[in-house]
Amino acid sequence: MLLNQFLLLAAALFCIGVYGVLVRKNAILVLMSVELILNAVNINLVAFGSLTDDVGGEVFALFTIAVAAAEVGIGLAIVLLMYRNRRSIDLSEADLMKG
Amino acid sequence: MTALLAAISSDADIMVAQNIFFGVIAAVMIVSALRVVTSANIVHAALWLVVVLAGVAAQFILLGAEFVAVTQVLVYIGAVVVLFLFGVMLTRASLGEDESVAKEKRSLAVAVGVLLFAVMATALIDTWSDDRIVIDEPQRVAEVSDSIFSQYIVPFEAVSVLLLAALIGAIVVARKD
Repeated sequence: MLLNQFLLLAAALFCIGVYGVLVRKNAILVLMSVELILNAVNINLVAFGSLTDDVGGEVFALFTIAVAAAEVGIGLAIVLLMYRNRRSIDLSEADLMKG
Repeated sequence: MTALLAAISSDADIMVAQNIFFGVIAAVMIVSALRVVTSANIVHAALWLVVVLAGVAAQFILLGAEFVAVTQVLVYIGAVVVLFLFGVMLTRASLGEDESVAKEKRSLAVAVGVLLFAVMATALIDTWSDDRIVIDEPQRVAEVSDSIFSQYIVPFEAVSVLLLAALIGAIVVARKD
């Protein structure tokens, strides 16, 4: 297998995730797009780990998974708080800190 | 000589099978990822996300990283997606809402995504054009755990404290009072 096929797949997933973050208005859907981006990074880590036959790539992929789980927990708590205070999770209405 | 030829051809067969497997999974993943960022219904987007995450787990198995693949299924499909579905239920005002994003914003985002992919693909093809991954045997789980608990012990402890802090923080932020 070529290394590039995995890297290109990860790049495509990353770009789709970036598109989702930019275009989505619902906060939960933005968090899902961030998950796509993090998974693209994980594919890269594991692919490079297999290329160099080093276990470090897998270990760091596991760390990324743990950090992503923490991120989702905090993110959903913030979304929940936002819904409780404003009855909406539309990000285009969340402009309280706009200068 | 014939044995060598047979070994080479069977090796090539395995590579072809892996490449076909990769292609099918990758196509499914790309289509599902596009559905995640375009479908109007949040629950459908979460279910398409499950397909993408399962595809990522399949790619990990293809790369010989069994333990990461199993963790991916357990943590992402088992926990994170369920968390997302709980989030959708608790903020149900937006269930099945129709996304109405301004046209110019959407075309700008498409331009950003396509440009980013073009830049990354050019750089990747330029740099890694003929590096091949050869997997003789899957990484053994024992190797991964040995590595975590010796070489990477400090980041491991940092990640566990981070998870604890994040979960306590989530409870504090979402508490009603």
